[in-house]
Amino acid sequence: MFRFIIMRFGGLIGVLLAVSILTFFLMHAVPGGPFDAMTASTAQMIPLELVRDLEVKYGLDKPLWTQYWLFLRAALRGDFGYSFYASGRTVTELVQQHWPYSIHVGLLTLAFSSVVGLALGIVAAMNPGRWPDYFGTGVSLFCMTVPSFVFAKLMQYIFSVRLGLLPTSGWEGWAEPKYWILPVLSNSLGPVLTLQRYTRSAIADVMRANYVRTARAKGLGEAKVTLIHIFKNALTPVVTVAGPMTASLITGSIFIESIFRIPGLGWYTNVSISRRDYPLILASTLLWTALISVTYFVTDIIYALLDPRVAYMKER
Amino acid sequence: MTTTETTAIAAPFKHRSVGQAFWFRFRHNRRAMIALGFIILEILAAVFAPVVAPYPPDKIHYEALWSLPTKDHWMGTDDLGRDVLSRIIYGGRVSISVGVLAQTMQVLIGLPIGAIAGLLGGWIDYAFMRLIDILSSVPSLLLYLLMMLVLPRGFGSIIIALSVTGWIGIARLVRGQVLSLKATDYVRAARGMGANTRHIIVAHLLRNTLSPVMVSVTLGIPGAMMAEAGLSFLGIGISPPMSSWGQMIGLYQAYIQTSWHLTVFPALVLSVTMLAWFTLGDGLRDAFDPSIQV
Repeated sequence: MFRFIIMRFGGLIGVLLAVSILTFFLMHAVPGGPFDAMTASTAQMIPLELVRDLEVKYGLDKPLWTQYWLFLRAALRGDFGYSFYASGRTVTELVQQHWPYSIHVGLLTLAFSSVVGLALGIVAAMNPGRWPDYFGTGVSLFCMTVPSFVFAKLMQYIFSVRLGLLPTSGWEGWAEPKYWILPVLSNSLGPVLTLQRYTRSAIADVMRANYVRTARAKGLGEAKVTLIHIFKNALTPVVTVAGPMTASLITGSIFIESIFRIPGLGWYTNVSISRRDYPLILASTLLWTALISVTYFVTDIIYALLDPRVAYMKER
Repeated sequence: MTTTETTAIAAPFKHRSVGQAFWFRFRHNRRAMIALGFIILEILAAVFAPVVAPYPPDKIHYEALWSLPTKDHWMGTDDLGRDVLSRIIYGGRVSISVGVLAQTMQVLIGLPIGAIAGLLGGWIDYAFMRLIDILSSVPSLLLYLLMMLVLPRGFGSIIIALSVTGWIGIARLVRGQVLSLKATDYVRAARGMGANTRHIIVAHLLRNTLSPVMVSVTLGIPGAMMAEAGLSFLGIGISPPMSSWGQMIGLYQAYIQTSWHLTVFPALVLSVTMLAWFTLGDGLRDAFDPSIQV
């Protein structure tokens, strides 16, 4: 077990290094420098000497490998430098400013889709071939075929434009729950799909297991069989999808945040890419990757602990 | 030829080859057949767009700007007075071909990599698996966004961007299949009877990998179409004057209050198309699965 954890941890570090190198060089392959957009968009052209000075200030005149090395050294101390666009503000500051919105939306989505996804999955698995099963399958088919941005636009049209029940967009924090409804609902399509399918197939598998038949045969009450024998065993694999799902939810969805004008990290990253704000793009890519990889790492370990049949030791 | 005829007459039990059994099961899946019919119609409409579309996609109707659906324009017109139905039909060319071409690229990259990793094993397998680990830990949408900035805007770039990580799924699938097939009794029996490696690869490993790959491709095409729609929706995919469904949704999303038809019709077409492809994929999976009885 210990050996497995060490190996996996080494792999995690390797992945993060590789992703940082990949993003760093990909970003610098983008045609145009960060100050080109500035000179082109503003009416007063910035003199070339000033652009040179700026490039020296941010270290852009150095060779790429040196730039990468400097970035990496600073990043290990938690310093991602200054934003190229929002002048005078550090990347860490900006991420701290925008991330809470994404965490907020993400956690609400997680809570909502867990309830809906688990409920639909459980009900479908307990009534195979009857209407709850078809209903659950129908909902998950809907979640699979309708892209979240299409669903978001349709919801906006129906509930905000036509019925005028909910605000079209915006975010007022914890105080105004009516702003939450549409973003959370549209954001839930993917998670509901995953959770419904996983839960349904996990429970259907366990219900056919011999120990469930044994439990029934020895006269155990239906409630006890369901709770102790079926749910406990079936929901373990479901918990393992929840980890990476949480990670990707709390980093924010570009589509949802753009459509509903939520100033979260997903929206800000998208904006930063078009502004060529290198330090910010790098930091948020690494943040997303790190969160997802770490949750996979933790999930693997939890899984190995929960399920003694998983023999990780044999793996290389 | 003659043997099948004689058995058909003589034996009350019809013998079906694997292919015939597949076709029999597939044909009796009504949902999959409807989906297939819809997809064929849509492809025909896209191919024969100049004949099918009521107007040329760029024809400007000055008398009907921002027109809601009418008898002349079934799905209305946009800000320039262009017929929405015609633009959707022409947009189908882009959406469908992006889906099909991106998926083809992904198979061309993923199939050999998965097969090689699974067959050879050892350090080659290890290297490919770590590469897959790295690529799959970056959120794919973020990678698409970065790629679209690096590459020149256009049709080809979208396919390249979608293929950079898209091959991973197929590579994993093929590798897993090859690894498990390698251990089956019939492959060991073939080897024991002296079949050479090439015969085993072609006749046993690749042929048995074909059906899961076909299912994965059928499900991958709508995936790629959805990714293209997403990128075009964000404004970094297909650029005007070309149109795609995702682009139409994104372009006119601000006008949803007054001109809902500009967003709602492409959204409906996109969703129904997704539904058809996914249903077809499910139908294929069921038809390939001999344990499911019709």
